[in-house]
Amino acid sequence: MATLTTDVLVIGGGATGAGVAWDAALRGLDVVLVDRGDLAEGTSGRFHGLLHSGGRYAVKDPRAAEECIAENRILRRVAADGIEDTGGFFVTTPWDDPAYADRFAAGCAATGVDCEEIDRAVALKEEPRLNPDVSRVFRVPDASIDVWKTVWALARGAQQRGARVLPYHAAVAIHRDGDRVTGARLRGSRSGEELDVEAGVTVNASGAWAHFIAEMAGIEGVRVLPGRGIMIAMNHRLVNTCVNRCQMPTDGDIIVPIRTVCVIGTTDVHTDDPDDHTVIQSEVDAMLDDGEKLVPGFRRARALRVWTGVRPLFEDAKADSTETRDVTRAHALLDHEQRDGVQGFVTITGGKLTTFRLMAEETVDAVCRHLGEQRACTTSTEPLPGSEEHATYHLGERLERKEQHLSDHQLICECEMVPRWKLEQTMRRRATTNLDDIRRLLRLGMGPCQGGFCIYRATGILHGLDGLTAEQADETLRRFLQERWKGVWPVLYGDQLRQARLDDWIFQGVLGVEHLPA
Amino acid sequence: MTAGGNVSAGMTGIDELLRGSLDHCVKCTICETQCPVSNVTPLFPGPKYAGPQAERYRVGGEPSVEWSVDYCSGCGICSMSCPQGVKIAEINAQARHKLKREHGIPLRDRLITRPTWLGRAGTPVAPLANFTLGFKPLRVLGEKTLGVHRNGPAPKFAGRRFSRWARGHSGPGTGRRIVYFHGCGTEYYEPWEGQKIVEILEHNGFRVEVPKQDCCGLPLQSSGLFDDARKVVLRLARALAPHVRDDPDTIIVGNATSCTLMLKREAREILGIEGDPDLKLVSERTYDICELLLELHDRGELKTDFRPVDEHIAYHAPCQQQGHYIGKPALELFALIPGLEVSEMNARCCGIAGTYGLKAEKYDIAMAVGADLFAQVEASGAGEVACDSETCRWQITHATGHKSAHPIDYLHRAYGL
Ligand SMILES: Cc1cc2nc3c(=O)[nH]c(=O)nc-3n(C[C@H](O)[C@H](O)[C@H](O)COP(=O)(O)OP(=O)(O)OC[C@H]3O[C@@H](n4cnc5c(N)ncnc54)[C@H](O)[C@@H]3O)c2cc1C
Ligand code: SF4
Ligand code: SF4
Repeated sequence: MATLTTDVLVIGGGATGAGVAWDAALRGLDVVLVDRGDLAEGTSGRFHGLLHSGGRYAVKDPRAAEECIAENRILRRVAADGIEDTGGFFVTTPWDDPAYADRFAAGCAATGVDCEEIDRAVALKEEPRLNPDVSRVFRVPDASIDVWKTVWALARGAQQRGARVLPYHAAVAIHRDGDRVTGARLRGSRSGEELDVEAGVTVNASGAWAHFIAEMAGIEGVRVLPGRGIMIAMNHRLVNTCVNRCQMPTDGDIIVPIRTVCVIGTTDVHTDDPDDHTVIQSEVDAMLDDGEKLVPGFRRARALRVWTGVRPLFEDAKADSTETRDVTRAHALLDHEQRDGVQGFVTITGGKLTTFRLMAEETVDAVCRHLGEQRACTTSTEPLPGSEEHATYHLGERLERKEQHLSDHQLICECEMVPRWKLEQTMRRRATTNLDDIRRLLRLGMGPCQGGFCIYRATGILHGLDGLTAEQADETLRRFLQERWKGVWPVLYGDQLRQARLDDWIFQGVLGVEHLPA
Repeated sequence: MTAGGNVSAGMTGIDELLRGSLDHCVKCTICETQCPVSNVTPLFPGPKYAGPQAERYRVGGEPSVEWSVDYCSGCGICSMSCPQGVKIAEINAQARHKLKREHGIPLRDRLITRPTWLGRAGTPVAPLANFTLGFKPLRVLGEKTLGVHRNGPAPKFAGRRFSRWARGHSGPGTGRRIVYFHGCGTEYYEPWEGQKIVEILEHNGFRVEVPKQDCCGLPLQSSGLFDDARKVVLRLARALAPHVRDDPDTIIVGNATSCTLMLKREAREILGIEGDPDLKLVSERTYDICELLLELHDRGELKTDFRPVDEHIAYHAPCQQQGHYIGKPALELFALIPGLEVSEMNARCCGIAGTYGLKAEKYDIAMAVGADLFAQVEASGAGEVACDSETCRWQITHATGHKSAHPIDYLHRAYGL
């Protein structure tokens, strides 16, 4: 069995883990970053897309609000390439307590969240689909953030500084030597091969799965209460500003415009299993009703797909009832040396995507303590690869690029405008046969037809490039279609139903995918 | 659900109707196979791309990033052929409008989109103006300075105006009232078409009123000059509405298919004018001349004292006429005329699309678009070509050398008027 040796092993390749890897690599530490699946395939890749301004927490959780606005300002500079400066509105709809608006404004003022009340007419001019019956509107610096782009930029940045990044490698055991964690055993989820990593410090950044990793290390009382949330992506941008209901945070109260779609969310339902992605029809219905309150006509607009993500809500079962069981805490950093007397092991969980950088900073500070070294954090000023110019992206980018190559760049995914050369380049770089990996990087198959027209093309191209056998190519195609189908069936009505029928004719009727040799 | 779908309260209906209709696209590509422009040039990426696809990347506040949408001729074939009801051509028109607003509008587009100005300027000096238009060196200069193609099928000024004839004409003074909307083509270039229409209507027992009227704004609209187009079409609505307001039985009839389409549908669906009572009234009452005559015939009210016309003609239904969704009434009318042999052309488009084919950078595209039609005309062995739209007729004549006329010409001849 091969063995890798490193300063820091990071288990979990979500925003938090990738952020830790980037931070540690910037501080000159040697890093190995692993995930059981692809990077950002956990909660990070299933989140709502909002780079919080802090407004949402201004009344309920002032500390979270302060963290969000501080991180929001930092990330706009250092992670600009993955951020679209959409701006945000908090609107008082007829269903909201009108008294909350003043508390909201006061909360923003107290926590330093930039907030300006604007005229309803101005808001309606900017967002003509917004419910005309809103009574008050506040403008805040919300933004949307493309998590795949951001997480891969973090990983790439770390790699450029020597880090080794291993997606599809699950930690199956944590090695302990007395009071010390010394690393972990990994199993390649594709190859099945095992690998040992010896690490100075092991970071458990596995989010909603953190309790499993803690248990493997023999640590007690780390309890994560997974909270499942549902989101629905709509076919096009019904709003171009992040629109929040101005009320105490609740279900279905935000619409986030991100890339070519807008997403409504979300809910928070306790589940025992972080891998539980059940979609409950009544939740879909409730979400569409909520959309109707913000954008009248929402129910008649075309929904593309539904997915769920699982929040890691941390509860410390070990602490005395009141002392550290601090429910308003935005995130939890457990230094297991202080907590359990176990050296070389740190757990970071909870929090938000917006605060991943801060979480990483605190985590790597703890890592340095374990290593007995002093190294300063530079992630608040060092731009990520691609963000050197501090320029945020804008929606028209792909259209603009295509316009410059109208007749020489063949489009494979027409809806998301993915040209053939880009697809081939990415397939080569990622060296993967899983089209879902490519999807996350390029948005392949994420538009209106949900892969109906591009996936057979992409499979053919992959087949040619990678020298897959026909059976492997068939399998790749089938797997992708099954994944997409999971998200599509709960919103099969209206236009998306027609699309699904056409896609079905193509794949079942013309290509006979169900009868391809397996 | 309506074809447009997604009409929401806070949204002006137009944006919803158009942008919202992109939700219906299932990517079937039928429109791409039908678009006459993208089939002949790589400069235009096609209706599916420029319409429902690109629209998902367009944000009000961001600058336009594509020039290619300016190559859409606005012929409307895509919207007509889309089985899902996506308002493709209309989405393109909006995008073109935004592009023009941001990047300024060439003087050329300001000039050739104002037939009234041109007509007023050209009519009194018709021989000179026609000489200028026919004189190569000056046309070359016009191409270089204005971007109007030297070979573009520019019409000849008639040198007299239809409205003047109408004022001097004394009709029967009795019969059912009807309002005639003649449009600029008839006014300045082909006044005889208007005379024939008046005579046909009078022959069928109508008392024809010709209100003072102006351009419908279509040329402005198709070049993306929406604000000006709105003003112009509303002015026309104000001129026509009083003539039909008090009498529910009076209708408006026109022979310029694209201009009547503007009144019927495009002022609302492309320019987004809503809630204007004059326009609404005019829009509901407007008929295409062939549509009206066929309806009269269906009700047994059309005189059929036709004499034989022993000719073989080709008939091309222009795109804009098909946009009325009334089928091809001219063909059914032709069938009433003894002796008239008609070859129906089944090419998509002649290419001109109003003023599109006059523009220097688009002339070759327009000629390529029409190539199919021109070849069919040649192959048919027909003499003249009948076509409902004047700019299409000019293009067909320019390209094939065959004489062309409005369908009512043949009815007029058959009536022996
Ligand atoms: C519905 C929903 C909406 C949200 N919306 C927002 C929002 O709009 N804005 C915002 O700021 N925050 C939002 N959040 C919160 C945010 O998504 C999370 O806080 C954040 O993504 C957590 O990142 P993470 O890296 O800690 O966890 P994850 O992204 O879950 O990463 C943990 C990783 O660990 C991996 N892993 C697990 N077990 C193992 C193992 N044995 N070996 C190796 N790897 C393993 C998993 O595969 C996973 O990739 C939302 C959360 C939910 C649930
Ligand atoms: S014909 Fe209609 S549904 Fe088909 S691709 Fe074109 S716009 Fe889409
Ligand atoms: S309006 Fe005509 S030219 Fe424009 S996209 Fe549609 S079919 Fe093509």
